[in-house]
Amino acid sequence: MATAHQPPSTAPHHPAAGAADTAAPALESAFDAAVAADERIEPRDWMPDAYRATLVRQIAQHAHSEIIGMQPEANWITRAPSLRRKAILMAKVQDEAGHGLYLYSAAETLGASRDDLLDKLHSGRQKYSSIFNYPTLTWADVGAIGWLVDGAAITNQVPLCRCSYGPYARAMVRVCKEESFHQRQGYELLLALSRGTPAQHAMAQDAVDRWWWPSLMMFGPPDAESSHSEQSMIWKIKRHSNDELRQRFVDICVPQAESLGLTLPDPDLKWNEERGQHDFGAIDWSEFWSVLKGNGPCNEQRITQRRRAHEEGAWVREAAAAHAVKHSERKEATA
Amino acid sequence: MSSSTEWPLWEVFVRSRRGLSHTHAGSLHAPDAEMALRNARDLYTRRNEGVSIWVVPSTQITASSPDEKDSFFDPSADKPYRHPTFYDIPEGVKHL
Repeated sequence: MATAHQPPSTAPHHPAAGAADTAAPALESAFDAAVAADERIEPRDWMPDAYRATLVRQIAQHAHSEIIGMQPEANWITRAPSLRRKAILMAKVQDEAGHGLYLYSAAETLGASRDDLLDKLHSGRQKYSSIFNYPTLTWADVGAIGWLVDGAAITNQVPLCRCSYGPYARAMVRVCKEESFHQRQGYELLLALSRGTPAQHAMAQDAVDRWWWPSLMMFGPPDAESSHSEQSMIWKIKRHSNDELRQRFVDICVPQAESLGLTLPDPDLKWNEERGQHDFGAIDWSEFWSVLKGNGPCNEQRITQRRRAHEEGAWVREAAAAHAVKHSERKEATA
Repeated sequence: MSSSTEWPLWEVFVRSRRGLSHTHAGSLHAPDAEMALRNARDLYTRRNEGVSIWVVPSTQITASSPDEKDSFFDPSADKPYRHPTFYDIPEGVKHL
């Protein structure tokens, strides 16, 4: 085992969880001043209970999305068309697991417990991104997810690298670096199909047709209906509105689709000279709310599989813990 | 679900290349130090980010308190003469 010769000067953990909001107003104004000055809030700093709760909810939902997001793509690992594509897809799915772990760790710095978070996911008390409740019907879906779903995620996550809460911001820096590979592999995959046989081209187009609108919904409801946005902007957890990020994503995707030789399934999509942005059609929010409520094509399947993986892995966790105890006892005995 | 067996938390420090010191990378859960090292390798060095890893039980870290950061770091706040820029040196004097 490696030994640290000197204790690190900062402890990243063990916040005074749930520190009373009755703290002196001086603490609150110090917090407000730090946020206003674009400084970072760190785990052991005083923070309002509502700030802590908002972050735990958002980071947990983000972490859950990463690990649930492993499922639709893992669905294609055994059927990847080449060893190259298979190795890439495995690396990508492993990255998603890693992203989940970075984020669960960040949530734990706020006093949340890992087991409790997983429990809330398994019992439906905390959500994950609705995008993962859509099925991956063909191999081209792996490409569409990389290009559009990861592309939308990056658009959302880049501003989070400057989030006011230090551990979340640092986790996002790592995630964003790795997501860039995800998006590029998806784009390359779609390009290969688009330039392939007519059947392959049609498969790529079909995947883009199915993933486009759900990807736009990933940015969340329109600003007017977004319940958490305003306070999050004041706290600098959020830096841009849902609609602003969605517009940015559309403008990025249009030329990328052209280079792919594929079309985006929106007859109203066109350049608006005056705004210097693209106009796009109305989003079917009734679908969004319906999937969010649990009526998407795969909600049931995703949670069932997640629970089963957790339960079937229980013996491994217990065995590893028993092994650790046995070895520490043996070490003590020989010491 | 076996919530009673949550593995302890470890802090992970990674040396990105020889000549640099270990830097805090993040944390993870593991049943013991050996597994913590292996998990840290898989979690924090998937792209050659490190040549050496330290793992430390989070409970073993003692930290200064943010509440007293002003008084704690006070002793160095009023000693600008510890910085080279404090001193006036005539123009043209070299190698100082």
